[in-house]
Amino acid sequence: MAKKIWVVLQQKDGKLHRMSREAIVAGQRLAHATGGSVEAVVLGSGVAEAASEAASFELEAVWKADHEALGTYTPGAYISALAAAVSSAKPDFVLFPHTYQSVDYFPRLAHQLEAGLLPEVTEMDASTGELQFKRPVLGGKMTATVRVKGEGMVLLSVQSGAFSVDDAVAGSCEVRDLDLAGTPITADRVLLGVEEVGGDQVDLSKAEVVVAVGRGVGGADKMASVEELAELLGAEIGASRPVIDNGWLPRDRQIGSSGQTVAPKLYLAIGISGAIQHLVGMKASSVVVAINKDPGAPIFTVADYGVVGDLHEILPALNEAIREARA
Amino acid sequence: MRIAVCIKQVPDTEARLRLGKDGRWLDEEDLPFVINESDEYALEEGLALAEKTGGEVVVFSLGPARVKDALRKALALGASKAVHLNDEAFANGDAQATARALHAAISRDSFDLVLTGSQSDDVGYAATGSVLAGHLGWPHAWLVMGVEVEEGGEALKVIREMESGMNEIVRLPLPAVLEIQAGINHPRYASLKGIMKAKRKPQEQLTAADLGLDASSVGAAGSRLEILSVAFPESGAGAQIIEGTPEQAAKSLVEKLQKEARVL
Repeated sequence: MAKKIWVVLQQKDGKLHRMSREAIVAGQRLAHATGGSVEAVVLGSGVAEAASEAASFELEAVWKADHEALGTYTPGAYISALAAAVSSAKPDFVLFPHTYQSVDYFPRLAHQLEAGLLPEVTEMDASTGELQFKRPVLGGKMTATVRVKGEGMVLLSVQSGAFSVDDAVAGSCEVRDLDLAGTPITADRVLLGVEEVGGDQVDLSKAEVVVAVGRGVGGADKMASVEELAELLGAEIGASRPVIDNGWLPRDRQIGSSGQTVAPKLYLAIGISGAIQHLVGMKASSVVVAINKDPGAPIFTVADYGVVGDLHEILPALNEAIREARA
Repeated sequence: MRIAVCIKQVPDTEARLRLGKDGRWLDEEDLPFVINESDEYALEEGLALAEKTGGEVVVFSLGPARVKDALRKALALGASKAVHLNDEAFANGDAQATARALHAAISRDSFDLVLTGSQSDDVGYAATGSVLAGHLGWPHAWLVMGVEVEEGGEALKVIREMESGMNEIVRLPLPAVLEIQAGINHPRYASLKGIMKAKRKPQEQLTAADLGLDASSVGAAGSRLEILSVAFPESGAGAQIIEGTPEQAAKSLVEKLQKEARVL
């Protein structure tokens, strides 16, 4: 049976979030697999521009919920608006970009709608006659194939980078206003402010070479060969989240979804296993080298060159080899 | 404040992971288990808030017999009571089924605050706390990097992590559910005294029947989401692996970066 698919788009200052466009692609793919149709929803205050951007994709319609009470995101406000809209339109699937905003509220919306909940989808497949999805588990070390049992709506989120905007089907559709009259929109928290983490940010995005360290380095006192490598290459030092959480490097060195995004010519991942949250911050790098003791580490799936072994043995050898090559 | 902290025991992902016989999950034989990373931070945050406000922490965990180790550790760190949701019927639940069971257990008592980690390091749904908040009808925040009780004790000032190195600061009325992000604090270590005291602290075991829950509403039976199989990433999809001793590999890597990739 043809499925009705909704994609809830995240926008900021009238612009669609990059992952919103990827979620549209996922919606188009799901529609193609199920013979269904896709509609998009944009929430906020002053979202006409974002809605017309969405209308440039092949969609059945774009619904615009332009409301003062949705100007500042709170889970309560978004859930009250979406619960009303989704309950009356009754889509089979509601897709969300797997952003920090969506993940904050869509599980609770699923609970309220008594809908199925499927977070962090990276692939969809209908070839077996049954819809199956893939999602990362165990910090990205393995991939699970899952299905949703039973009847009724499913809310799912689409992981960053899993669907490429290059695959989007362009089109043109009507922007319609979502009728929110009679829907009380209630904020459940108050936004007091927004702050930059770490104040004086080191800008890693301009670096041509990045040497990034992960948990595998083992401690703040074990960084000497890393620092030497960075100096030899004229590189900036970055890190994955556990290094920052352990206090081995300051937070402004963090690369990944909650840190900085980098795209250097050369990226060396040292003792980084490669959780998806890290990969989204570095996968635009031109050449990636991974050094890790675990041959199953997901970082090797995005790396161009890999060395499996103890980084504390490999790094001194690598520093020596670079010095020799330059001599 | 009376604080409930939900912790989960997960496989140590640093350990060597092997696929189970049925291909649906890991082979758990000899697999080391630890307290989920963000849950350890949630527990520390709960203990610190309880100390500051003169309250106590009750720790909840759902899982098989091995979960007792995680609960014992939480008691040694300073929780005053442990509640173990221990029933075969609870196994392999999705976020919604697990939240249903946790809600039934938590609502037998009265709390001002419920803390969970932001995401489990095994299935990683990042949703159980939010769904639990839905059951309780309390406000919630996911990915919390700071908590401060406001004067008067009726609201919290919470720092929430956003993308691209930004945080937002929000005010939530109490009672509330907070899903704590790793890195918010520095978890303490258990003292010998703590470990000794833990032995005398109350530990409760609860089954689905104890909670008045139908076995079909929890665990795998009560879940819409079903894991059909798990797999390691396809090998060969990606890196060219450079073999040899560290010296040989390093030399060969430098050559490739110079001549093949032309980035050195």
